[in-house]
This record gives sequence, C-alpha cells and structure tokens, in this order.
Amino acid sequence: MKSLGYKRSTTQYIREWCIELFLLASASAAIFVTLAIVFILISESIPFFKEVSILIFLSDTQWTPLFANPRYGILPLLMGTLVTTGVALSLAIPVGTISAIYLSEYAPARLRETVKPILELLAAVPTVVYGYFALLFVTPLLQKFFPSLPGFNMLSAGLVMGVMIIPYISSLSEDAMRAVPMHMREGAYAMGSTKFQTAINVVMPGALSGITAAYILGISRAIGETMVVAIAAGMQPNFTINPAESAATITAFIVQVSLGDLPHDSIGYQSIFAAGSVLLVITFSFNILGFLVKKKFRQRY
Amino acid sequence: MVIQNGKTDIKIKAESKNLNFYYGTHHALKDINLKIIDKSVTALIGPSGCGKTTFLRCFNRMHDLYVGNKYDGSLLLYPENINIISSSIDPIEVRMRIGMVFQKPNPFPKSIFENVAYGLRVRGVNRRSQLEDKVEESLRKAALWDEVKDRLHGLAFNLSGGQLQRLCIARALANDPEILLFDEPTSALDPIATAKVEELVTELKNTVTIIIVTHNMQQAGRVSDHTAFMYMGELIEFDRTEKIFTTPGKKLTEEYITGRFG
Repeated sequence: MKSLGYKRSTTQYIREWCIELFLLASASAAIFVTLAIVFILISESIPFFKEVSILIFLSDTQWTPLFANPRYGILPLLMGTLVTTGVALSLAIPVGTISAIYLSEYAPARLRETVKPILELLAAVPTVVYGYFALLFVTPLLQKFFPSLPGFNMLSAGLVMGVMIIPYISSLSEDAMRAVPMHMREGAYAMGSTKFQTAINVVMPGALSGITAAYILGISRAIGETMVVAIAAGMQPNFTINPAESAATITAFIVQVSLGDLPHDSIGYQSIFAAGSVLLVITFSFNILGFLVKKKFRQRY
Repeated sequence: MVIQNGKTDIKIKAESKNLNFYYGTHHALKDINLKIIDKSVTALIGPSGCGKTTFLRCFNRMHDLYVGNKYDGSLLLYPENINIISSSIDPIEVRMRIGMVFQKPNPFPKSIFENVAYGLRVRGVNRRSQLEDKVEESLRKAALWDEVKDRLHGLAFNLSGGQLQRLCIARALANDPEILLFDEPTSALDPIATAKVEELVTELKNTVTIIIVTHNMQQAGRVSDHTAFMYMGELIEFDRTEKIFTTPGKKLTEEYITGRFG
C-alpha cells in the first residue's frame, strides 16, 4: 500500500478497537438483562403451565393458589390491576394534561421554572410513602363521604397512584408541547385564534406523539406499581370492577408470595412467574402500542 | 381615507404615524411614517436587520406574543381610523381582519381541508356546506384546488414546499382579510414555486391590500406597485416602484438597489 505520508501506529488501531468493543458491550448489557428476565419468566412458568392449563389460567374467575383447594384463574388479579390503573388514569390524564397545557402555553417563564421542579418532586417520593398516605389519609377521608367504604379499597389506592403519575404525564407532555415550533403557534395566532384555541387545535395535535408517549409511560407505571396497591388495596383477589371494594393486583400477589415462605419448587411459588409473564405481556403491548402511535403521528414541521 | 393625487383619488388603507417599536431596550423602528395604499401591493425592502419584518409584524400585533416588546406612535386602519397598536385594542380583533403568510410554510398538523377551514372555525362557522364552499373558493384563489381536490382530507404535511405555501395563502384568504401580510413568502421555495406565488400576489391585489417583505429586489420590482426602502430601523424612501428602481430620490436607496451594500 502506498503511504499517505502519515502513518497511524498499531497502538492507535488497537485503542480505537478497544473503545468500540467497550461501547458495544455497554449498549448490549441492557438488552442482555431484558432478554434474561424474559427467559427466566418463561422458563419458570413452564412447570406451572404443565400443572395448570392455559385455558383455565385465563378463564377461571378464582385465584386461590395458596388454599388447600387451589384455583388458578388470573382474571381476579388482572381485574384488580385494570381497575386500579383505570382509577389512576382517570385522575392523572386529565390533571396531567391540563397542567401541561397551563405550564406550556399560559404560565410565565418564571412560574414554570418554579412549578415544574416541584411537580417533578412528586415523582421522587418513595412509593411506600404513597401507600401509607393512601391507607391512612385518603381512605379515612373518603370514608367520611362514603361510610361503607372498606379500609382496604382500590379507589384510594388508584387515586393516590394517579397523583403519583401526574408528574410523568404533565412533565413529558409539557416537554412535547414546548417542542412544537413557535412558527406554528404564530400561524394560529395570525388566524385570530385565542390562546386556548391555539393550545387545543394546534399545539396539542402537534405534540400528539409526545403526549401519547407520556400517557403510555403513565399507564405502564400504573400497571407495574406494587407498593401502593399492596398496602392500600388489600391482598384478597376479588373478581370485581367496583373500585370501592378491596382486591389484589398482579403485582400485590407477587409481593405477597415472594415475601412468604413457600418452597421454591411448589406450584404456588411458580404461579408468580406465570402472573409476572401476564404483567410483562401487558406492559410490552402498551410499549408497542406507544411505539406505533408515535410512528404514525410523528410530525414533520 | 382618500387623498388627492393629480387627477386620480388614491384610497389609503392604513397609515403609520411616528411609529416606534422597541424589543426591550433595542429601538428597532424609528418614527416610521408610511401610507399603505388600498388594493395594491406595497413592498418593504432593505438589508437584513433594517426593521422591515418588525414593521410588518406590527400590522397584526405579532409582537404581542413575546414579553418586553413595546409599540409607540400610531398605526391607523382605515376607514375606521382606529389605532391598531393601541393597548386598548384587542390583538385578536386586529388579526381577524389582517392575515399573514410566513417565511416558512407553517401548516397546522391537520388535513388540507381543516387547515383552510381553521380560520372559519375560529370565527364560529361550523356549517359543513358553508365550510366546504369557502374552502374550495379559497383553494381556487390560491391556485391549489386542482392539485389537492382529491386529497382534501389527507394530512397537509404531505404537500410540497410550494404547495404548502399556497395552502398557507389559501388559509389566510378564507378569512377574507382586508390586508394580507407576506413575510418573505418565497425565501424557502424553488424558482418555479416562487413564480407561482408571485403570480398569485399579483392576482390578489384586486381584492386585498398586500404588504410584502422581500430580500429579492427583482421580486419587489415584479410584484409591487409601491416600494418602501428601510435602513437601520428608519424609512429612507417610499415611492412608486418604477420610481424607486429607476430614479431613486436618495443616494442610500440607489446604493442598495444597485447592490453596493446589503
């Protein structure tokens, strides 16, 4: 090969190669861990599904794996998860979105710079604190209005979980709305729009992909949340859609079993991996959905 | 307002009197006195930073969107003779009557139809037939109807740059503005799209008063009836376009026109 007058030393080549290898290894670590989790969940659920058919698992309305006469229907746990998540979202989505609109479009810069970090602090409170807040403050408060409300109930757990995910939704939605370029807002104002019309008709559709991502993250947080529901919603699987009742969620059941003293090869213990797989499927589907929505609505300004 | 000019009467649509404008402490427009003639095209030319866009954006109170901006003096809209930069005038009411087309096409993240219907919806029009008629009429005026009539409900972003700019013109026309402001409308477009927009501007002046900011002197020569030359926040010269480009009254204007600076 002809020399170009400048020769890179072998050490330089090796150093470059090492750096590349290190970067690749770091990038692969997260993927490897994810795959390992999926592998463990599946391999540990196989013995469970050898004993219990998938059909019964998905259709039975009783979940009593720890009883003398065990039943393995995931529906009550799934219902608990969906009801608490539903309650949480029906609080967090409106409140989070409205505060995002206010912070992005109305609030003066100084107010926004003050309020946003405070709001984000809500996300830094340990979830166990939220759990006891639900059990010892929100439930007694709700009981003043609804005296028949049991001490453990999905309503207060869901509401507190909603408060917990407001910052995720408002902060990410606000980022998305502020990323909508100013010339788009100017276009709307130049047509004679009011501030509110601009926010609703132009800024929100423009930020749709980011806002959807914020909602999906909030949903995933609510579905996977453990401490609040384990503390405040009760531990009894209960096939109901009434948020005023107590019920266990998938996560609460997993905590309950893994903290107990069941032998690791018992079917009761293995049931948590089956339940965990269901959880994974749900959150995974939401992430895919989020990805698709994001792709569909990605805007070219 | 009507002024006498030899044999013909000239109708004035707007007039700035001792208009000053400040971005915070920066004095961006200095005592601008200019008459905008009704149903004609007025071009604002001058080097970058001379204040021509700042002046244009006073007409629809765009500066109100940002804090720290201050107007002084008056910008009168005729025939009512109201000072549209007065703080007692609601900027939204001003923008209801004075439309704007921006430098970069800025369609809304909506369908072509909804982009054009937007201003009508803002004005409370919701009857389907009325919206459809007005959307078609505006798209025809903007010479875009034939290109988009089969995909009115497709997303506007899928149009080409030149089509997007004509969509923005259609969107502004749908509100029947009395004055239409153009802020360097062709600076992001290719020569063919530019020619189409210029042709459009020439056609539109029969129905609407147009003020156009442009960097391109040939463009000012082609489309405008009157030209205002601005420099360092001041209005240097204002006259009929042929006069400005053939026998300018001021040395500075001549130097700019002949490309000696700017």
